[in-house]
Amino acid sequence: MTFRRLGYVLGALAAVLLLSLAVGANMLSPAVVLDTLRGGGDAQSQYVVTGLRVPRTVTGICAGVALGIAGTLIQAFTRNPLADPGILGVNAGAAFTVAVGVAFFGLRDIGGFVWLAFLGALMVTLAVYVIGSAGRAPADPIRLTLAGVAIGAVLSGITTGLTLSNPDAFDAMRGWNAGSLLGRDFGVLLPVLPFLLAGVAIAIVVAPGLNALALGDDVARAQGANVALIRVAVIVAVTLLCGTATALAGPISFVGLMVPHVARWLFGVDQRAILAASLLLAPTMILLADVIGRVLIAPAEMPVGIVTAFVGAPVLILLARRSRAAAP
Amino acid sequence: MTAPSSPEIDFGHARYLLRVGALTLPVRRRSLLVATGLVTVILALAVLALGLGTYTLTPDQVVRALLGQSTGLDRTVVLEWRLPRTLAAVVIGGALGIAGALFQTVTRNPLASPDVLGLGNGAFTGMLTAVVIGATSWSLLTLGAVLGGTAAAAVIWLLASRNGVTGFRLIIVGIGVSALLSSVNTWLLLQVELDTAMFASAWGAGSLNGVGATAVRGAALCTLPLLVLLAFAIPRLRQMDLGDDAATALGARPGTARRTVLIIGVALVSIGTAVAGPVAFIALAAPQIARRLARTPYLSLMLSALAGAVLLLASDVIAQHVLPIALPVGVVTVSVGGLYLITMIIREIRR
Repeated sequence: MTFRRLGYVLGALAAVLLLSLAVGANMLSPAVVLDTLRGGGDAQSQYVVTGLRVPRTVTGICAGVALGIAGTLIQAFTRNPLADPGILGVNAGAAFTVAVGVAFFGLRDIGGFVWLAFLGALMVTLAVYVIGSAGRAPADPIRLTLAGVAIGAVLSGITTGLTLSNPDAFDAMRGWNAGSLLGRDFGVLLPVLPFLLAGVAIAIVVAPGLNALALGDDVARAQGANVALIRVAVIVAVTLLCGTATALAGPISFVGLMVPHVARWLFGVDQRAILAASLLLAPTMILLADVIGRVLIAPAEMPVGIVTAFVGAPVLILLARRSRAAAP
Repeated sequence: MTAPSSPEIDFGHARYLLRVGALTLPVRRRSLLVATGLVTVILALAVLALGLGTYTLTPDQVVRALLGQSTGLDRTVVLEWRLPRTLAAVVIGGALGIAGALFQTVTRNPLASPDVLGLGNGAFTGMLTAVVIGATSWSLLTLGAVLGGTAAAAVIWLLASRNGVTGFRLIIVGIGVSALLSSVNTWLLLQVELDTAMFASAWGAGSLNGVGATAVRGAALCTLPLLVLLAFAIPRLRQMDLGDDAATALGARPGTARRTVLIIGVALVSIGTAVAGPVAFIALAAPQIARRLARTPYLSLMLSALAGAVLLLASDVIAQHVLPIALPVGVVTVSVGGLYLITMIIREIRR
């Protein structure tokens, strides 16, 4: 049963990958795509596939992997099904620094946004962690969550104020806020890739500890888990992963929230299984949303961050209505 | 044999007993102190809000105008121009605070707010739709917002109900629909002209500009019966704090109680939306702030209401008089509430 489901998930990912390379303003048949990838095809298909769509697809996969893992970690960590990776203030921090960059330094290109967003994400999560975990006790999830919500709220208020008093900034931010993979090339992706890989590595190492953590702090300690260390590791990983995703594609809000739930309903409550499944499901969802966004209102494009909710929400609601769907 | 003296029970907190005839109401001492403090702050802020402006009045003049002892411009400015706005801040802040406490109690989740039922995003969608269609008048935008919010809540409720509605399924379906609506909003904002988008965003943040006396009176009249209804539901809420199973064992019907309480919560939020647009964050922050101030194990409706009123009133004073640029109050509530939550968390750690 589990293996058949895994097969479906892998098949879906492969299909979406191919679609992401084939679909767009310039439709290519799967055969042409595969041929071009092996070095064949004409100049135009070479340009469209390797020049435009491969970087975009890889960026989508990276953002998806990051959001899926970050979502799993943060929900296991806070034991709160409402928690999404943005809960530690990452998105609000990124939006804040980007808005400041646009409003005060006249920044316009996506390459500059990446670093600003990443910087904002890191600074804010650090602040959330310092506030949420000061004192003698190890970082308490509830306090961290509240600190994240609070700091995120303060920053988003300032961001809104900034943009409402500066039409240029408002215009740039309403585009960035939607979350998009448009125009992302390897020049944008490569600099942040090490951070992404570091986050994934930490997540894989820490995953077994999450199962202990799910039983509550006391039981986890009794089982020999180092609760404080696991918590710090989770926060570092979430910051790196979510910071990368937001830097790459803007705030894509729904994926990190939804994918862990779906993974849990498909593969059970073992955090390692959820993590592995999220690793596959989240990129599938992002790529699918991106492909749909390319054709939905062609020749224009709908930003991926908008489509993810349209694709994801109905699935989430359907799954939640099944009687077997239960709280984590 | 002498009658056994009634045993002293330690409730873990100092309390007063209010006796009216055969009825006894225990009141936590700390809650009473906090409530008194909050009311004092509200009064002080109100006097400040009524006095500040292009035509500045001293607190003394404000109080005299309120007591009906002054005539002419003082009276007009205080009673006719500024009082409706101040009262609106108190009433709506209070209603949102209570609604937040209700949602958080029923879902047993401190992150829950009316947005779980899509009210904020739904209201903004409704209002944006009205803008896209071409409506510009205040009443049409408000109508769009209220319709959008309640429709979103109804859809979420229907989708979440299957053999009754559990808190968890409600949350999941709620965030799904809310995310969908939020995407629609982002998309609509990208579709309209920049000017229109900025106007819509400012309104969508929630604003007390142009609130009149009739609106406040209407809001207060609609709120009162809801509060009376709620007074009867409070014991049920305390039982629901224990979880559905324990509540059922104690004789409560969680399903019915949840439905009643959520409908009241939606109504309270809709009243706020009708007057001021979707004001964010008060429903989320006020109950948590009140709980931390009074150190109650549950979310007190009364204290949540007072905290919400303080939050909205203070934000409005800041939005109007402190900031160099005019911003809608909803933008400020988010920052003020957030800052206050942060200081509380830090204080909690220091202790």
